Amino acid sequence: MIRTIVRRLLWLIPVLFIIATLSFILPRTVPGGPFTGEKELPPAVKANLEKKYHLDKPVVLNVAALKEGRLLRAFTDTQYFVYMKSLLRGDLGPSFKYKDRSVNEIIARSLPVSLSLGTMAMTFALLVGISAGVAAAVRKNSWVDYSAMGLAMTGVCIPNFILGLLLLILFSFDLGWLPPGGWGGVRYMLMPAVVLGAPYAAYVARLTRGSMLEVIGQDYIRTAKAKGLSPRAVVLRHALRNGMVPVVAFLGPAMAGILTGSLVVEKIFAIPGIGSHFVNGALNRDYTLVMGTVLVYSALLVLFNLAADVAQTFIDPRVRLE
Amino acid sequence: MDKSVLLILLVFLLATFGFVVTGERGERADFVLVNGAEPQTLDPAIMTGVIEGRIADALFEGLTVPDPKTLAPLPGVAERWTTSPDGLTYRFFLRKTQWTNGDPVTAHDFVYSWRRALAPATAAEYAYMLYHVENGEEYNKGKIADPAQVGVRALDDSTLEVKLRQPTAFFLGLTSFSTLLPVHRQCVEQHGDAWTRPENIVTNGPFALAEWQIGRHIRVRRNPAYRDAGAVSLRTMDFLAVESVNTAFNLYLSGEADFVANVPPHLRPILQGRPDYHTGTYLGTYYFLFNVRRPPFNDIRVRKAFSMAVDKQEIVKFITKGGEAPATSFVPAGMPGYTPIAGLPFDLDRARKLFAEAGYPDGKGFPKVAFLYNTSEANREIAEVVQEMFRKGLNVTVELVNQEWKVYLANTKEGNYEMARASWIGDYVDPNTFLDMWVTGGGNNRAGWSHPGYDSLIRRAAVEMDPAQRMELFRRAERILIEGEAAILPLYHYVSTEMYRPEVEGIWPNIRSVHPMTRVRVAGR
Repeated sequence: MIRTIVRRLLWLIPVLFIIATLSFILPRTVPGGPFTGEKELPPAVKANLEKKYHLDKPVVLNVAALKEGRLLRAFTDTQYFVYMKSLLRGDLGPSFKYKDRSVNEIIARSLPVSLSLGTMAMTFALLVGISAGVAAAVRKNSWVDYSAMGLAMTGVCIPNFILGLLLLILFSFDLGWLPPGGWGGVRYMLMPAVVLGAPYAAYVARLTRGSMLEVIGQDYIRTAKAKGLSPRAVVLRHALRNGMVPVVAFLGPAMAGILTGSLVVEKIFAIPGIGSHFVNGALNRDYTLVMGTVLVYSALLVLFNLAADVAQTFIDPRVRLE
Repeated sequence: MDKSVLLILLVFLLATFGFVVTGERGERADFVLVNGAEPQTLDPAIMTGVIEGRIADALFEGLTVPDPKTLAPLPGVAERWTTSPDGLTYRFFLRKTQWTNGDPVTAHDFVYSWRRALAPATAAEYAYMLYHVENGEEYNKGKIADPAQVGVRALDDSTLEVKLRQPTAFFLGLTSFSTLLPVHRQCVEQHGDAWTRPENIVTNGPFALAEWQIGRHIRVRRNPAYRDAGAVSLRTMDFLAVESVNTAFNLYLSGEADFVANVPPHLRPILQGRPDYHTGTYLGTYYFLFNVRRPPFNDIRVRKAFSMAVDKQEIVKFITKGGEAPATSFVPAGMPGYTPIAGLPFDLDRARKLFAEAGYPDGKGFPKVAFLYNTSEANREIAEVVQEMFRKGLNVTVELVNQEWKVYLANTKEGNYEMARASWIGDYVDPNTFLDMWVTGGGNNRAGWSHPGYDSLIRRAAVEMDPAQRMELFRRAERILIEGEAAILPLYHYVSTEMYRPEVEGIWPNIRSVHPMTRVRVAGR
């Protein structure tokens, strides 16, 4: 299994390379650049800005050098080469928009915030979702079941900003318990985590219920009941473990989804996470920030999926990593 | 519960709190304002936005500071100044003041800072504010290599001499602008791009940088080395970085913030009348661009017809609803000393007549034209109303094209449009900031318009010494721009919308919404 994990991690390198190349080329094909602004820049100033950020070099291929017969220079005297070289050193470059900061620094400050929020949202989703799903499965077709699944359906359908607004009105303004936005402690994380995690809680609930119903119908559960175990022990000690398999499988893409989907929540609650850099980077044509965030997201996506796959082997011995 | 499930949940809980490296907030600052989005930079030479400007005004002090009510230049680092009779030479006599690291602020600091702002390598977008200084433009554009030829020099440590290219009536007002603020030479040269970090930065203003957390806030504290520290009431001040105007409003309502600079536009009618809601004329104009270089808008009669088919009153009353004034001129009505021109009225009869004269009786034969606007709810609503006005008034089809901001900018700059919306915010309190952009070949002349009579009037206004005569030259120029040629169609003038608590004193409305923080005090803190 270690071999499989190492192999999966090694695959990360070519994947990231391709993603870096694509996210390098694609933003540059869109009209407008990082220095397209309302007020016109004098050509000398613009030339200096471009020189500072290497935008004066050809993008991928230096045709002039090619014509001179200098093959190596044709590839190395390009924006692509300059960027890839610094990428290998771990340097994501300077931000085009935030002139005082490097992309490394921006991501280093905002990623922990988003991860923190994302994991809290996921914890909430799992706690609420699994409990609801188990309760619904155990009391199938009762009011518990119907109300839990009804709530689940609402949770999936309700747009996150509507839920956010409702929570804001209730907890920030009517009750005055929680601040309406900002970051700096658990109080600031509660509402955003709920808003972020709600659709996932709903999905986990439905998933759990379905899976638990299937497991509960199995022979070995009947055996456990026949042995005289309490219903609680049957469910929690025996059925739950196997019922969790689809949920754990779902965790990988879910974590990635929570991270990338946090933009709206970050905007509503003024959270200094990485989601806003992801989108604003594109809108500002901040090429380096866009590439940096895309790479980080891609790496996280691969890693989370890998972790979910590994977790699955622990939960269900029938599952083997290939 | 089963061990493995428990383990997974535990991992998540640990991860949640393990990642909370950002830590708890400190004590609330004396004054918290919602500044807007995260500032792009704290370097006064390269900053461009109002957001950055507010912070720079707190951290640095220039030769002059604006009067909080009239924006007239008051002594700042410069205690007094003299102007030569021909209006070309200024001498500033500096007080003995200090940087936060104890170094004295000298005239050499200003020489260094202005040269740095003009240096091509600095690539300052607002370098043009210093083009009024002799050789400033030539140095910035690379025509002169030696910065010593720029018309600013230190006669001694406390005397700064500035030679202007032309007598510039509004030059003193420019000396408080961010581009002309002083920076500490050794700090900049030693730290390079990292010189604005809290651990490196050296400033000379009423406040000093205490903390800078990206995406969260910038905290400043009263600077004890400031020349007038005794008059500064606030001990600490927080500039919050909040992108969404709705969130900013929530923060204000819940008490987390004391001041917001913009309110959600659709709430403006509801907020009218609240004692903490302050609105006033702003130095900006919302207008429409015509691409005068190609048909059909290369015909003056067509432009005039379109201009007279828009009912601006209806737009400000029912669409924007913020108390904006419909614009008859491009220069805002609140510009001191300036009487707005009459402009073109809303007159469908005349519009239709002109349209017929141009060869499109009752709109027949008029090609379909595209109206560009950048993505925003307000722009869309205005565009839709105007589209209907053109259809009902002139019987023409105007297609609405919504483009993302940078794409829209690229297209209007390159002339890939027929009609487009635009706005212009003035940089300083003088009609020149609104009118010199329309000269032939001007970098911001996105209409592509050219008129030698207009150019000559603007040139003459640049050297005219008599204030009344100057204003008259500008009015004549505007009459050509708006009434004679209808090169652009001004729609309305912006209003500022600010909210701040009644306990906050020391903020007065002015046309640029610039509020020096030295005067601000919060009762009870």
